Amino acid sequence: MELSGAEIVVQFLKDEGVEYVFGYPGGAVLHIYDALFQQDDVRHILVRHEQGATHAADGYARATGKPGVVLVTSGPGATNAVTGIATAYMDSIPLVVLTGQVPTPFIGSDAFQEVDAVGITRPCVKHNFLVKRREDLALTLKKAFYIATSGRPGPVVVDIPKDVTDPNVRIPYEYPREVKIRSYNPVVKGHPGQIKKAVDLILQARRPMIYAGGGVILSEASAEFTEFARALGYPVTLTLMGLGAYPATDRQFVGMLGMHGTYEANMAMHECDVLIAIGARFDDRVTGKVAEFCPHARIVHVDIDPASIAKNVKVDVPIVGDVKNVLADMTRELRARKQQPDGEALKQWWARIDEWRGRNCLQYDRHSKLIKPQFVIEKLYEVTGGDAYITSDVGQHQMWTAQFYKFDQPRRWINSGGLGTMGFGMPAALGVKLAHPDATVACVTGEASIQMCIQELSTAMQYMLPIKIVNLNNRYMGMVRQWQEFFYESRYSHSYLEALPDFVKLAESYGHVGLRIEKPEDVEGALREAFGMKDRLVFLDFITDQTENVYPMIAQGKGHHEMELAPHCTAPQSGERELA
Amino acid sequence: MRHIISLLMENEAGALSRVAGLFSARGYNIESLTVAPTEDPSLSRMTLVTTGSEEIIEQITKQLNKLIDVVKLVDLTEGAHIERELMLIKLRAPDAERRAEIKRLADIFRGRIIDVTDSTYTIELTGDGDKLDAFIGAVGEGAIIETVRTGASGIARGTRSLHL
Repeated sequence: MELSGAEIVVQFLKDEGVEYVFGYPGGAVLHIYDALFQQDDVRHILVRHEQGATHAADGYARATGKPGVVLVTSGPGATNAVTGIATAYMDSIPLVVLTGQVPTPFIGSDAFQEVDAVGITRPCVKHNFLVKRREDLALTLKKAFYIATSGRPGPVVVDIPKDVTDPNVRIPYEYPREVKIRSYNPVVKGHPGQIKKAVDLILQARRPMIYAGGGVILSEASAEFTEFARALGYPVTLTLMGLGAYPATDRQFVGMLGMHGTYEANMAMHECDVLIAIGARFDDRVTGKVAEFCPHARIVHVDIDPASIAKNVKVDVPIVGDVKNVLADMTRELRARKQQPDGEALKQWWARIDEWRGRNCLQYDRHSKLIKPQFVIEKLYEVTGGDAYITSDVGQHQMWTAQFYKFDQPRRWINSGGLGTMGFGMPAALGVKLAHPDATVACVTGEASIQMCIQELSTAMQYMLPIKIVNLNNRYMGMVRQWQEFFYESRYSHSYLEALPDFVKLAESYGHVGLRIEKPEDVEGALREAFGMKDRLVFLDFITDQTENVYPMIAQGKGHHEMELAPHCTAPQSGERELA
Repeated sequence: MRHIISLLMENEAGALSRVAGLFSARGYNIESLTVAPTEDPSLSRMTLVTTGSEEIIEQITKQLNKLIDVVKLVDLTEGAHIERELMLIKLRAPDAERRAEIKRLADIFRGRIIDVTDSTYTIELTGDGDKLDAFIGAVGEGAIIETVRTGASGIARGTRSLHL
C-alpha cells in the first residue's frame, strides 16, 4: 500500500485500534486533518482548547486502560497541550500526543508557530520523538504506543514536521505489528527469592498494613489485590490514585491515607510493624514528614518502576515487577505456606484500629442551614448508587469526593493526583463518557476549577455528551482559603472570586441545563432530577458553606500521628461510625 | 562521594539533552560530562562524574536507566577502574628562565609542548583530575593564559567491561 505521510498517520491509528483522537487543527497538521476527513474509522473529537484535548484523552485512558490519543498543531497547539501532558505524566497515564511541527527546512529559524516541542515536553513525557523522515513515521508511531502503554505507562509525544506529511509524496506502508527497543525492557516478573522474603516478613507481622496506589489500577490488578488482601485479613489503605482498587465498602478498608486521609488509616500507618506497599510511590502528601513515617515498620515495596523504590523512603524488601504478576505470585506463595498470619495479634490490631475508627474523623455538621459540601457528595453517592464514573478537579471538592464517595471498582475515580491540575475534571469526564456512553458520568468541581476549562461545555454539546457537573460553589478557591485560614492568620489573599458568572445561564447559553441549589433540603431532589435527564448535560450549581474546611488534616511537614481532627471531632467516641 | 558513571546510549539527536535535563530537573550534581560515538556508530558512550550520598547515586543510576535512550550503564566507582582526563594549557613563557622551568615541569608531569610562540607555550597533559590540578598548582596561576579540560573518561580494570 502506497500512502502519504498524512495518510500513514491516520491509517496507523486505525491499524492500532484507536477509536478517538482528541484534537484541534492548525497549519502544521492540515495534511493530517485532510486525511482524517477522508475516512470514518478514527473519530476525531474537536475540543475548544488543546488542554481540553489532553485531559479528555487522559480521562478516556483512565476509564479504559487504553492509550488516549491527541492531535494538535505546532507552536501554541503544542504549548497548550503541555499542562495535560504533565498531568498524565505525574499519574502515569498512557497518552500518545501528536504535535505538528513547521516543515523540516524551517526548524530552528523561529518560523511562524514554531516551538521546540520535543524540548519543551522533555521533562514531562516518558519519551518523545521528532520524526524527520516519512519512512520513519509508522515505526516511530508504533514505538510511541508501545512505550506509552508498557512498563510504567506515561505520555509520549511525537512531533511531526509538516513536510513529512506532504500529501503528494507516497511511500509503501505496512503496519508494524511488533517493535523491539533494545534499550527498553521493563521488568514485569517479580524475583522469586524476593517474593519469598516478602511473604516471610508479611507472615511475621503483628500489626500489618497494606498500602496500595494507582499502580494496582494501572496494571488491572484489582482482583489479584483483593484476593491477596482477603487471604491475609490485613487492613487496607489506598492512596488518592488507588481509590477503587479495593472495595471501599469492605470492612478491611480503613480509608484513604495521607494529608486528608482518615484518622484510622494514618494512625495505623504510624503504629504498623510491617508495611506492604503495592504500586504506590510514597508521595509527600502520603508520607507526611519522612523522618517520622512508619517508624516501627519494616517495609515491602512492589513497583514496576525501580526508580520509585527507595526514592523517598528506605525499604527492606524491594520487588521490581508488574504488581499484577507479583500479587498473584505472593498469594500463591502464601497459600503454599503452613504458617498463617498471627490471628491473636491481628485481632488486637483490629481492635486498636476500630478504636481509631470510633473517632468518626469524617463527621460534619448535619444540621447546618447551609449546604455542606460533604452532604452533596454523600447524596451524589446515594443517587448514583455508588456506580458512577466520577471525575474531579483539584482542591477541597476533590478531597471530599475522595473521602465520601465510596468507590468499589477501579477506574471509576478519575482525578489529577500528582500534578493537581485545576481544569482537569470536565474535559476528562467527556473522554470517560465517550469511552462508556451508557455509564453515569459526573464531574465534581468547584467554581474556580471549572472556569479553567469551561470552554469544553461547547465540545460536550457538539458530541452530545450528557455528563453531570456537580459544582460546589463556595466563592473561594477553597483549599487556598483553608491554608490561608490555618497558616496565614486568615489573610485571604486573592482567594475570593469577587465576580463569578451565573453558572445556570452560562450552562444554558452553551445549550445545556443549569440548576442552582441553595438549600440542603433541595440537594437530593436536584441530583435526582439531573441524573434523571439521561440525554442532557446538567450543570448543578450548589451554593455551599463558605467556611467549611477539609478534615482531618496532617499539616505539611507533620507526621501521621500528628493528624488534626475537625474542631467538633476531637473527643473520643465509641460506637458505630456514622459514615460507614 | 564522587562517582564515575559510564553509559552507552543511542547515538540520537536529543539523547544528550535528556541526560543533562535529568540532572538539572532533579537537582543532581554534574562535575563533568563527556560523550562521543563508539566503534558502533549507533551508540554513544558517556562518562559522567557526579557527587552525592549513596541514596542519591542510587537514584541517579535508576533515573538514568529509566531514560529510553540509555542502553546500558555502569558505576565505575564500584570496582577498580582507570580514569583519564586531557588538558590543554597555554602558559606565559616570556623569557629563557621561565621557558626552561615550564619545560622541566612538563617533563616531570609527562606533558608535551604542542605549540610554541615567543611568549607562550601550550602543553598537552593527560592523567586523572588530581594530576592535572597538581600541574596547575605547580605552574602557578599567574602563568596561565588559558586552560581547557575534557572532563574525565573512565574504563574498568581487568576483564570487566561495558558493552552490549
